[in-house]
Amino acid sequence: MKLTRRELTAAALLTSALPAVPAWAQRGETVRIALIDPQTGIMGPVGINQLRTFRFFAEKFSGAGNPAGVRFEIEDFDNKLSASESLTGVQAAIGRGTRFITQGSGSGIAGAIITAVERHNRRNPGQEVVFLNHSAVDPDLTGSRCSFWHFRFGGNTAMKMQALTTHIRGEPTIRRVFLINQNYTHGHQVARYARQMLARKRPDIQIVGESLHPLALVRDFTPYVANIMASGADSVITGNWGSDLSLLIRAANDAGYTGRFFTYYAGVTGTPTALGTASEGRVYQIAINHHNMGGQMQIWMNEFRQRFNDDLILGSAIHIFNALGVAMQNARSTNAARVAHAMSGLRFNSFSGPVEMRRADHELQQPLYLTRWQRVDAQHPYSPENTGMTLAVVRRFDADVASTPTTCAMQRPAAPV
Amino acid sequence: MDFFIVSLLNGISFGLLLFMLSSGLTLIFSMMGVLNFAHASFYMVGAYLGFAVSQIVGFWAALLLVPLLVGLLGALFEKYSLRKVHKYGHVPELMVTFGLAYIIWELVMLIWGRIPVEFRPPELLQGSAFTLLSQPDGSLGFVWGRAALEQCQPLGPAICSLFPATRAFIMGVALLMLVSLWLLITRTRVGLVIQAALKHPEMVEALGHNVPRVFMLVFGVGTGLAGLAGVMGGITFVTEPMMAFKLGAIVFVVVVVGGLGSLAGAFLASLLIGVMQSFAVASDQSLGSMLLAMGVALSAEAQAHELMRFTLSMAAPMLPFLLLVLVLIFRPQGLLGNRYH
Repeated sequence: MKLTRRELTAAALLTSALPAVPAWAQRGETVRIALIDPQTGIMGPVGINQLRTFRFFAEKFSGAGNPAGVRFEIEDFDNKLSASESLTGVQAAIGRGTRFITQGSGSGIAGAIITAVERHNRRNPGQEVVFLNHSAVDPDLTGSRCSFWHFRFGGNTAMKMQALTTHIRGEPTIRRVFLINQNYTHGHQVARYARQMLARKRPDIQIVGESLHPLALVRDFTPYVANIMASGADSVITGNWGSDLSLLIRAANDAGYTGRFFTYYAGVTGTPTALGTASEGRVYQIAINHHNMGGQMQIWMNEFRQRFNDDLILGSAIHIFNALGVAMQNARSTNAARVAHAMSGLRFNSFSGPVEMRRADHELQQPLYLTRWQRVDAQHPYSPENTGMTLAVVRRFDADVASTPTTCAMQRPAAPV
Repeated sequence: MDFFIVSLLNGISFGLLLFMLSSGLTLIFSMMGVLNFAHASFYMVGAYLGFAVSQIVGFWAALLLVPLLVGLLGALFEKYSLRKVHKYGHVPELMVTFGLAYIIWELVMLIWGRIPVEFRPPELLQGSAFTLLSQPDGSLGFVWGRAALEQCQPLGPAICSLFPATRAFIMGVALLMLVSLWLLITRTRVGLVIQAALKHPEMVEALGHNVPRVFMLVFGVGTGLAGLAGVMGGITFVTEPMMAFKLGAIVFVVVVVGGLGSLAGAFLASLLIGVMQSFAVASDQSLGSMLLAMGVALSAEAQAHELMRFTLSMAAPMLPFLLLVLVLIFRPQGLLGNRYH
C-alpha cells in the first residue's frame, strides 16, 4: 500500500493530537502498588499494620475518591526485613507489570530498592518503575543517593532531629543525653544528627553514652537499660522502631528508669502497650501525624479502629494516595514515568494541609508534630491499643520550619512526550 | 556499684535460664552420644503451650502443667522415634532431631502464626522484686519491692534501680529445679541407675534394669526442664517462632564450652556466657579507645574510622561464638569436659 503525502500528514496530525483527545484517558484504569515490607517475624506486626493501612486507603481513594478516577490495588510481598528478599519482591512486581513500589521499614532496604529501580529504569526505557518511600528516613536517600524515581512521603531524620533539638533547646532540665539506636544506616544517622544538632543548639548538653544494637535481634534490653541508668542520663534519644522500641521501653520501665525518651516511633504497633501508664509524660514522638488530628483523619482513624481493632499510624500512606491521584490527573495517565514527572514539584492537599513534593530532591515538604504520651482527655480522646493514653501535641513545626536544605544533584530523565 | 550488681544479677538470671536448657541437653547427650537439635524447640513449645494453657487455667497452673506436657511429648518422641533409629547409629539420630526441630517450627507457625504472641507475666510478676537505691554519698540502700516514688525522682535523693520480678522468679525456680535435679541424680536410687545407665548401659541392663525406660525418663525430664524454661522465658522475653533457633545456638555453645556431657561444665559455661553478655552490652569501650588507653597514638582520622569505633557492645551478640571457637582451639574437651580421650 502506498500512502499519499496528504494521508501521511493527516496521520501525523492525528497522532500528535491523540493525547489531548480523550481528556480522561486514565479514568477507570487500575493502578497496582506493590508493598514490600515484613509481614512475618518480630517486625511482622508493624508490616501487617502498614499493609492494612494501604488496603484501607486503596479502598477509600479508589474511583471517586481520587481526582484522576483510577482504581488502586495493593499487592503485598513479605520481605522478611531482608534486602535480598526485597529485591526478589521488586523483580516479581515488575514481572507482573506493577509499576509502583512502596516500602518503608528499613533505610538499608530502601537504598537497595532505589539502586534496583534505577538500574531497571535505565535498562528498560518505556517501562519505568516508581518507588514511593512511605517510612525509610535516612537523609542520604534524598541527599547523596537521591534518585528521580524515589519519592519520600514520611519525612527524614534530619528534619525530625531538627524539630526535636529545637524543642530540647528550650528545655534547660535536659543536661545529660544517651543515644541508643539500631546498628544500621537509620540508627547511625539518628545518632550522627543528634550529636551534630545538639552540639550546635545546646553545646552544654553532655552525650553521656551511645549504644548501637543489632536490628530486630535483641530480645532482652535489660543490660542496655542498666547501661543507660549507670550513665546518669536524664534523657534518651532513639530512632528505634517496632520491637526494638517496645522492648527497650518495657525494660526501662521494669528497671525503674525515670528519664525522658525522645523517639520517632512511640505510636507504632506494639509500642503504646509497652509504654502503658508507666511512661506518662516522659515519652515524646516526632512524626508527620499524631493521634488527635481531628477532621477527616479522625473519622478514618475511628473507622480503622472499629474495623481492624488496630490503629491508623501510617500518615504517609494518605500522602501517597493524594499525590498519586493529583499527579495522575495532571499527567492524564497512569504511566509511571509520566506520573513521576507530574509528582516532581507537585503541590497538593493532604491531612496536614498543603504539602509539596520538592522538585530538587523529592522530599515531601510537610509539617511535623512533637507529641507527648499522656492520659486521654476531652481534647485528646483517641487512645491507641486501648491503653487509655494518647500522644498529645506539644508543638507543631510548619513545613518551612521543618524543612532542611538539600544536597541532592538529581539526574532528571527527559519527560516523555 | 548498683550498675555492677544489677548487671551481674541480670547475667546470672539469664545464665540460670540457659542452664535449665543446657542441663537437659547435656544429660541427653551423655545418653545418646549426639546433640539433640530439637532441644531448644521444646523450649519454644513450652512458651507457646504456656501461652495457650494459661489462657484456660491461668498462669500458675500452666507453670505446673506445661513442663509435664512438654516432658510427656519428649518422652513419647524418644520412645516412638528416637529409639527406633538408635540402632542405626549416631547420624540417623542426629537427623531425626534435626527434622523434628523444623517440624516443630512449622507447626508453631501454623498454629500460632508468624508474628509474636502477647504472653505477658501474671499480675504478681509484673512488678519489681527489689530496689537498689544508690545514695548521693555513694552508699547503697536496699528495699524489697518497688521503692516509694518520692525517693526515686530523677533529681531526687537517690537513683533507683529496680530488679524485675520475672528475673528474680527465673532465678528462684531455676535454682530450685537444679538443686532437686542434683539431689535426684546423686542421692536417690533412680539417680544412681541413671548415672550407671549413662556410662555402662549394657552392664546396667544385665543387672536387670530397664535401660530404654531410663533413657525415656531422662529424655522426658530434660525436655520438661526445657518446657519449664520456655514458660518463664516466654513471659520475660518474646514468644515468637524464631525463639528456638535464637536460644538454641547459644545453648549449643554452652554445652560445648562447658564440656560435652559435663553437668558442672554446663553450669559454669551458662553463668559465664550469661554474665559475659550482660556486661559486654554495657561496655562502651571501642577498639580505638582501648588502643588509646594502651598508649598507642592515633590520628583524629584513624579514630573516626569505622573499625576503631567498633565497640564491645556491638560485638556482644557474637561473643558466645567467639568463646566457642577459642575453647575449641585451646581446650577442645571444654572447660570441665572429660569425654575426649
